[in-house]
Amino acid sequence: MKIVVCVKQVPDTTEVKINPETNTLIREGVASILNPFDMYAVEEAIRIKEKVGGTVIVLSMGPPQVAEQLKETIAMGADEAILVSDRAFAGSDTLATSYALSKAIEKIADVNLVICGKQAIDGDTAQVGPEIAEKIGIPHLTYVKKIEAISETEITLERMNEDGYERVQMPLPGLITVVKEINEPRLPSLKGMMRSKKAEIPIWSAADIDADPAKCGLNGSPTWVKRIFIPEIKCQGEIFSGEPEEQVKFLVNALVGRKIVV
Amino acid sequence: MGIKIYLEKCYGCKVCVPSCPFGLIEIVDKKAVIKDGCNLCGACVSTCKFKAIEIIRDVKVTIDKSLYKGVWIFAEQRNGQLANVAKELLGEGRKLADELGEPLVAVLLGHNIESEAKQLVAYGADQVFVADAPQLEHFLEDSYTQVLVDLVQKERPNIILMGATAIGRSLAPKVAARLETGLTADCTGLDVDVAEKNLLQTRPAFGGNLMATILCPNHRPQMATVRPKVFKPLEPDLGRKATITKVDLSKTQWEIRAKILEIVNEVGHSVNLEEANIIVSGGRGLCDPKNFELVRELADTLGAAVGASRAAVDSGWIPYAHQVGQTGKTVGPKVYIACGIRGAIQHLAGMQSSDIIVAINKDPDAPIFKLATYGIVGDVLEILPMLTKEFKKALG
Amino acid sequence: MDYFLTEEQQMIKDLARRIADEKVAPKAAHYDETGEFPWDIMKILADADLFGVYLPEEYGGMGGGVLEQCIVVEELSRACSGVAVSYAASGLGCSPILVLGSEEQKKKYITQVASGKKLAAFGATEANAGSDLAAMETTAVLDGNEYVLNGTKQWITNGGEADIYTVMAVTDKKKGPRGISCFIVEKGTPGFTFGKKENKMGIRASATRELVFDNCRIPKENLLGGKEGIGFIATMRTFDRTRPGIGAQAVGIAQGALDAAVKYSRERVQFGQSISSFQGLQFMLADMATQLEAARALVYATARMIDGGAKNFSKESAMCKLFASDTAMKVTVDAVQVLGGYGYMKEYPVEKMMRDAKITQIYEGTNQIQRHVIALELIKESASKKD
Repeated sequence: MKIVVCVKQVPDTTEVKINPETNTLIREGVASILNPFDMYAVEEAIRIKEKVGGTVIVLSMGPPQVAEQLKETIAMGADEAILVSDRAFAGSDTLATSYALSKAIEKIADVNLVICGKQAIDGDTAQVGPEIAEKIGIPHLTYVKKIEAISETEITLERMNEDGYERVQMPLPGLITVVKEINEPRLPSLKGMMRSKKAEIPIWSAADIDADPAKCGLNGSPTWVKRIFIPEIKCQGEIFSGEPEEQVKFLVNALVGRKIVV
Repeated sequence: MGIKIYLEKCYGCKVCVPSCPFGLIEIVDKKAVIKDGCNLCGACVSTCKFKAIEIIRDVKVTIDKSLYKGVWIFAEQRNGQLANVAKELLGEGRKLADELGEPLVAVLLGHNIESEAKQLVAYGADQVFVADAPQLEHFLEDSYTQVLVDLVQKERPNIILMGATAIGRSLAPKVAARLETGLTADCTGLDVDVAEKNLLQTRPAFGGNLMATILCPNHRPQMATVRPKVFKPLEPDLGRKATITKVDLSKTQWEIRAKILEIVNEVGHSVNLEEANIIVSGGRGLCDPKNFELVRELADTLGAAVGASRAAVDSGWIPYAHQVGQTGKTVGPKVYIACGIRGAIQHLAGMQSSDIIVAINKDPDAPIFKLATYGIVGDVLEILPMLTKEFKKALG
Repeated sequence: MDYFLTEEQQMIKDLARRIADEKVAPKAAHYDETGEFPWDIMKILADADLFGVYLPEEYGGMGGGVLEQCIVVEELSRACSGVAVSYAASGLGCSPILVLGSEEQKKKYITQVASGKKLAAFGATEANAGSDLAAMETTAVLDGNEYVLNGTKQWITNGGEADIYTVMAVTDKKKGPRGISCFIVEKGTPGFTFGKKENKMGIRASATRELVFDNCRIPKENLLGGKEGIGFIATMRTFDRTRPGIGAQAVGIAQGALDAAVKYSRERVQFGQSISSFQGLQFMLADMATQLEAARALVYATARMIDGGAKNFSKESAMCKLFASDTAMKVTVDAVQVLGGYGYMKEYPVEKMMRDAKITQIYEGTNQIQRHVIALELIKESASKKD
């Protein structure tokens, strides 16, 4: 079983704050982390490997410094990590990103299963996984919360939707995106950390993966960012004052009196 | 290709410096310099009053955009029932179509779904494509992509909108990748540039801390998934007339790889949170998981659903299914009562389209009060039982 | 202070700290409240390979020594010393095997402890034999190929939870301390049961129980080192090696309390300013930090001395346990004081740290015994000088 896990380095958006005076992003002290949703994907891949055997290869696209961070996944138990990095990829939207990653997966070759986190916390698009699958020509399923059974040629799983979940069977090779219900990612082990220290992370350029420059980076990205701005929070409210009892009465009157709550 | 600073236009005013989400702009000798690592996101370009920054693309427009017409909405159905988001898309799609002077078209895939097609007309569609086949009864990526892509290639719509639901967010990227076109996820604002017939797609990024407006200027169709509960449906008009076109599937060679073994509906909390008229949500201000009982009591009194902030969910006080926010559910009830929730931006992203927001928090500076229609400053543990009692009295 | 840890030691420290912050701290109050044994955390420590840091590589360990163990114990103690002592007691339990066990015994038992698959425990104390080990009443009598154990051990850390026990028992009453032998007893051996779990003041996450031996028959091979009469020396040499660990535990508790106190003092506003701006409070914090660093320096120096191959380190071991535990008691009491009324409440972690600190002055030899050991060594040294 050969499993590829796609991960992304992201700013820790839970740490990002807006300076209310200048209305700008405060970035100081905001660390770059591996996308938390991707850690569930790494964990699930390692669990599959522990169960049925195989290799776990972590794949990422980003600037060269991501290579060091990918070692975390080796410390957890991934066998190798590969970084796709090239100036040609700058400005990639989800389509161009999925193109580059799909080319890398084709170079890795003979992959049975690709696992992605459900989305990255910086962009929240959830698009790259399904787009990779389409580019390689393999089926995909999203929002997977449980793998019931897996072999080299078939996977049976549960995928979430708004009403509950579906049990679905899919032939492999295929791609899945996983949600956090699926597992609890492990911490690295000491032996893993020592192994990761010594690990070499290959960096693949656009040429290495035989990528068509027209499909990479800005040129390969149909979507453009026109504007980025800080969202405004509307302020319209009425803050009650007085004793708690009074405030509660005001509120109940406002809602029941106006027939909003009946 | 890349980012360029026109030094003759740059006055070193520093306005662009904080606009970079990655902190990569520096002023050196009174000129802006982009440091290594720029991923060409373009955030800085619009901040420069002197137009000194430009993202240069090597653009080859290969398509004739004038051939693409119509605003399409994917009319999602589950178990034969039209999803609310389909109606919301028609509501917003109507505006966009009217501005562009193009028809609003709904595409419905399923099995035995004529009655739902009529609803689409009532909610504003000018035309409805109905693809009816047993293979389409339940959503599967392969069958839906196949039918949709065929239809798009034949009819050439300008815009395709889908709900940012479990189905929409799995189907849209597959369709977009097959069509080699752009796709913007989870939009909360839509507009059009009439001259270029471009869709202006606004969506949250960075956990809701930033908003980005995205264009897809040189590819067609322009595709977006749209967050449910953000837009409002039109009042249904049962007298509206429109053409309902059956899609001919007689020659379709189905290639469906995955197979549904079982559909499990977990009725209860997870469903009624998004459909609920009233939601009572608890946050870390409740101090202890057992105090969620107070939230439940108020919810029971009001016939409301129970929600929670990420902080409460992360602390293990209540299951993830209750989480409201950027990484949880987006809700838009008539009344949203936030109990002991400070209002982190990521929470606000999930509930700000609620009609009435009530905030109860002991910190008067909590961001939730900025959004609140009504606010009570006080100890939520003290306020909640009082509120339950008062509502019981008032509602009989 | 920079102790110039090796790359490997730094890695151990980082990992232990991460586990302490992410996994232990959120559950510290829960385990303190319920007294439940933290098996989930033991599993995390095992998966992280931390049980093997101080054990030799040939037995599945990482080849480190006392310092490596101290680093882990200190980091865990910052978050919850009940968890830390459960971890450390496994090391204590297998230490006699490490210092005096036979090759087969090491191969069989140390590998299991190193992997964290099984916990170990050490049983010497009895109701009437605490500091005075020679007063021990538990007996072991050879009967054919088996020893028959009778008696009760008291207050055994990891009792009931551990699978491997090193137990002291008298094989020859006439010889006094030299008549004490050490046995390896596995959980589940017929005649070996546990008393009720003790309800303790602090380190409540850890399990403390009686070990009850009622005609418990164990194979002769389980006599430590295959020799009778080495129990006392095994105990002394074990404690010499493990006392720095108690010191590290104390340092960790004190560090956790100091961190909480400094943080609180910056946040708490009275008379219109943060209380950290008041000199009375600053002096308290400064003294706490200085004593704590002195204790850490002594613990690390002793650990390095032992790992460096020193022959005799009873005095230094006793000194670092004594000084660090007295420091922890003082620093935690002061931390509660800094937090004032809040410090006395269970919502804040410092009252727990104060309760946890007390035991470090008591177990593995009370601090009075430590002073006795130190004094004896001083006198011995002086007497042996020929001038």
